[in-house]
Amino acid sequence: MSGGAEPVPSPWEEAARAAAIFAVDPEGLGGVALRALAGPARDRWLALVREGLAPDSPMRRIPLGVPDGRLLGGLDLAATLRAGRPVAERGILAEADGGVVLLAMAERLSAAMAGRMAATMDSGEVSAARDGVELRSRARLGVVALDEGIADDERPPEALLERMAFLIDLTRVGPREAAEAAHGAADIAAARALLPTIAADDSVVEALCGTAVALGVASIRAPILALRVARIAAALAGRDAVTDQDAALAARLVFAPRATRMPVPPPPEASEPPLDDGDDTPPPDQVQPQTESLSGDRERPNTDQSDQALEDMVLAAARAAIPPDLLARLGGAVAPSRAGPPGTSGAVKKAAARGRPAGTRPGEPREGSRLNVVETLRAAAPWQRLRHAAIASDGSRRIAVRREDFRVTRHEQRTETTIIFVVDASRSSAVNRLAEAKGAVEMLLADCYVRRDQVAVLAFRGRGAELLLAPTRSLVRAKRQLAGLPGGGGTPLAAGLDAAARLADAVRRRGQTPTIVLLTDGRANIARDGSPGRERAEADALAAGRGLRAAGHATLLIDTAQRPQALAQRFAAEMGARYLPLPYASATTLSTAVRATTEPPPRRAA
Amino acid sequence: MPHDQPSADPISRPDTGAASAPVPVSVPFPFSAIVGQDEMKRALLISAVDPTIGGVLVFGDRGTGKSTAVRALAALLPPMRVVVGCRFHCDPDAEATWCGECRERAALARPDSRLEPVPVVDMPLGATEDRVIGALDLERALSRGEKAFEPGLLARANRGFLYIDEVNLLEDHLVDLLIDVAASGENVVEREGLSIRHPARFVLVGSGNPEEGELRPQLLDRFGLSVEVRTPATIADRIDVVRRRDAFDRDRARFVLTWRQAEDSLRQLVLAGRTRLPSVEVSEATLAQAVRLCMALGTDGLRAELTLLRAARALAAFEGDVEVTDTHVRRIAPSALRHRLRRDPLDEAGSSARVDRAIVELFGP
Repeated sequence: MSGGAEPVPSPWEEAARAAAIFAVDPEGLGGVALRALAGPARDRWLALVREGLAPDSPMRRIPLGVPDGRLLGGLDLAATLRAGRPVAERGILAEADGGVVLLAMAERLSAAMAGRMAATMDSGEVSAARDGVELRSRARLGVVALDEGIADDERPPEALLERMAFLIDLTRVGPREAAEAAHGAADIAAARALLPTIAADDSVVEALCGTAVALGVASIRAPILALRVARIAAALAGRDAVTDQDAALAARLVFAPRATRMPVPPPPEASEPPLDDGDDTPPPDQVQPQTESLSGDRERPNTDQSDQALEDMVLAAARAAIPPDLLARLGGAVAPSRAGPPGTSGAVKKAAARGRPAGTRPGEPREGSRLNVVETLRAAAPWQRLRHAAIASDGSRRIAVRREDFRVTRHEQRTETTIIFVVDASRSSAVNRLAEAKGAVEMLLADCYVRRDQVAVLAFRGRGAELLLAPTRSLVRAKRQLAGLPGGGGTPLAAGLDAAARLADAVRRRGQTPTIVLLTDGRANIARDGSPGRERAEADALAAGRGLRAAGHATLLIDTAQRPQALAQRFAAEMGARYLPLPYASATTLSTAVRATTEPPPRRAA
Repeated sequence: MPHDQPSADPISRPDTGAASAPVPVSVPFPFSAIVGQDEMKRALLISAVDPTIGGVLVFGDRGTGKSTAVRALAALLPPMRVVVGCRFHCDPDAEATWCGECRERAALARPDSRLEPVPVVDMPLGATEDRVIGALDLERALSRGEKAFEPGLLARANRGFLYIDEVNLLEDHLVDLLIDVAASGENVVEREGLSIRHPARFVLVGSGNPEEGELRPQLLDRFGLSVEVRTPATIADRIDVVRRRDAFDRDRARFVLTWRQAEDSLRQLVLAGRTRLPSVEVSEATLAQAVRLCMALGTDGLRAELTLLRAARALAAFEGDVEVTDTHVRRIAPSALRHRLRRDPLDEAGSSARVDRAIVELFGP
C-alpha cells in the first residue's frame, strides 16, 4: 500500500475493502455505484455490506420506476378509507432510515428520481408534499446503485455518482474470486465505535485535495468523501489517526475511478489535458476549465517538503489504481463513461412518453387514464354527510364515493422530438465546408431551443462513427461538442448512417420522434467493414440509407458540397430523405426544412 | 424542511402512524462559513435586504454549495413580525397586503402580533399541485363535511423565500403556476368548489445545473438576479472547503458556535441595510448610466432597468452607503442583466462576457 510499491490489489480485494468501509458509515459515504450484472459476485458483495451493517439496520430495495407516493410517502389509502380521515404513510426512504437502499437498474434511473435521491442524501431526511399530505421524516441512509449498464454511456445519473464515495466495477470479477471479506463484522462494529475519535492531520486534507486536482477530479465532493474514507480506513485498522496509507487507500478508492487524466510524475502537471481533442465527451464546463486553471495553480498554503511527499505518495497510489483502459479512453475514440448523464436523458424521455401529468379532470379511469385517488376523495368529501343520510346511516365511517366523483390524471401528450445531427467530419468535408456545416447546425440548434427539442450529435470520419452527444436538451453542450469537432480522414458514410439508425431506434423506443439531419457531401469512401474504396463504400451507404427509409425515420439531407450534386440528390431519394443544398440554405430555409421533416414523416422520396 | 418552526407552521399534519420518528431540527451550515462564491452570497443577501428585487437563480457546477447557501440563509435572516393566528403570516404594519382573514379580524379588534422566523420553504421534488397552491382540507371535509381551505407551500412562503432545487427538473405545469403567482404576488385558488385568494409574495430562489437542461425563458425572466457558480479554482480554497465541511460534520454545535459572531455581524448588516434602504439616493447621472447600460445590451422592457437600480440600491444599503454610485451599478450589473439579454441560447458564457464588455465600454476599465 505504500506509495504504489506494493502490487495493486485485485478488483475483488479492493471491492471487498470498499464494502467494509461503506458498512461502517453508509450515510457519511453517500453510497456506492456497483457496476455488475446480477450474479454471484454482486450478491456476494451485497452480502458483505449486509453482514457489516449495524444489526437491525434496514436494507431496502427500490425498484425502477417506483411511484413517488411509495418512495417519498403519501396518503395511505386503505387506512384513510377505513378511518374516514386522511392517514399518511411513510415511503421506502423513510423506512430505510439508518440503513441502506439498493437502487435497481440504476443506469436507467430518471433525472427526477436521481434528484429525489440526491436531496435525501444531502439532507438526511425526506420530505414529501403530495396527495394532500405533508411529511418530513428522517432518512439517513447510504445508497447502493446497482448499475447493470453494459455500454459506456449506460450509467447512473451524474447527480447520484457525484454523491457516492465508491464507484466499483465487478463486471470482470469471476464468481470464484468473489469470496473473501476484507474485515469481519466485529472489526466493522469496532471501527464504527472508534470513528468519531479519529484525527486527521491538515496535511492529509491537503494531500487529498492536491491529488484530486492532479487527477482532474473537479468536484469538491470527491475530496470530502475521500477524507471520510481515510478516517474509516484508520478506524478499521485500529489506529487513532489517519496515516499515509489510509490517505493512499482513500485516494485509490475514491479518485482513481473518477480520474479524467493521468498525471505525469513528477511534477504531477499533465502537459495538456487530453480532454481537448474533442473525441472525449466530458461534461466540459465541469472538468475542463477547472482542471486547466488548477493545474497551473500551485499556490498552496503550505508547501512543506513532507506534505508534498505525502501528496506524491497518495497520488502514486491513486495512479496505480487507475484502470488500464482509462488512458486509451481519454485519448481514444471510445465515448468515455464520463459523457455527462446519459442515463438521465433516457429516463426523462420515458416519463415524457407517458406525457407529463398536468392536473386532473373529472372522468372515468378507462383507456389507460389513471384514477387520481386523492382528487377523487376530495371531490367526494363535501357530500359525505348528505350521502350518509341518504344511505340511511348504518353507523359505518366508510366514505361514499360515486361515479361523478371520479377524477383522472390529465397527461400532456406533447410528443417530443429528438433531432439527431449526423455530421460528416471527413477530410473532404473538412476541406470544403465543415465550418459551414457547423454553422448550419448552430442555426438549427437555436431553432431547437425555441421548440424545446432534444438534440443528439453523431460524427463520422476516419474509420467509423461516434456519438458526440447523447440526446440532451442542453444545447450549450451540443454546441461545444461541435466546436471541438476536428475534421479529417475518410468518409465512412455507411457507418454514420448505421449509427444514426441505431440511435433513432433507441429514441423511438422511448416514445419520442426522431428526426435525422444528415450533413454530408454524400461521397462515401470507407465501406462498412472499414476498408477503403469508393465503390463498395457507396453501395454500403446506399444500403444503410435504404435501411433508414425502411424503418420510416424522417430524414433531411443537407448537401455540404460546393454546389448541389446529382450524387447526393440521388442518395437522398434512395433513403427517402428531404434534400437541401447548403449553398442555398439560409437560417429560414434550414428551419423550415427541418420542421417539414419533423412533421408528417415523409415516406417517399423528396 | 429544517427551517419551518413547528410553531410557525399553520398546516395540520395528518398522523403517520406510530412508526414515524420525529425529525430533529437539523443545524444548517453557517452562511458565513461558505468559502468563496461571493456573487451568489451577495445576491442572496441583497435579496434579503430588498425582497422586491425578484429572486435569485443560482446555476452552476455540482457540489458548489448552491443549496447549502440557500438553506443557510434561513438561519441568518432576522425574525419578522406577524399577525398571530394568520395562516399567511401577514405583516401587522402593512394593512394593504393583508389577507381576507386578517381584514375580517381587524374589523373586530386590532390583531396581536409576534415575532417569527422568516420562512424559507423548500419545495420538495415531486410536490403535487394541491400541496403547492393549497386545496380542500381533506381531513375536515371527510370527518366533518366542512368545506375548508388547506393552505399550500405558496401560503407558507408568503413574506419569505421559496426555494426550488433542481429548478430545471420541475414539471411544466408547476412552473406555469409559479410564474403566474410570482408575478402577481397573489395565489388564486379555484378548485373543488373553493374560491380563495391570498397573498403570496415570496423571493423565488432556484438552483440547478445547466447540464440537466435549460430553463424556459419565461421563468428565467422572473428571477431578478442570476448568478453563476463554479467549483473553487484554487487549491487553497478547495482545502478550506474540505476542512470546514469536515469540521462541521464532526461537531456541528461547535462549528456553528465558532461562526456565530460572523453570522451575527452579517445579520446586523442585513438589518441595517433594510433600515437604510428607503433613504439611499440615486443621482440622475448614475440613473442615466444604468439606463445606458441596459440600452447598450439591448435588454427588453423596463424590467432590466428597474431590477438593476433596485439591486444597486440594495447593494449600497447593505454596504452602508447613502448613495448609489457607478461602482454599485457595475458590480451588480452582471447578476441583474446576464439572463435578460436577447441572447443566442447557445452562447452560455457569452452573456456574462457581453455584460462585462458593455460595462467596460460605459464605465471604463
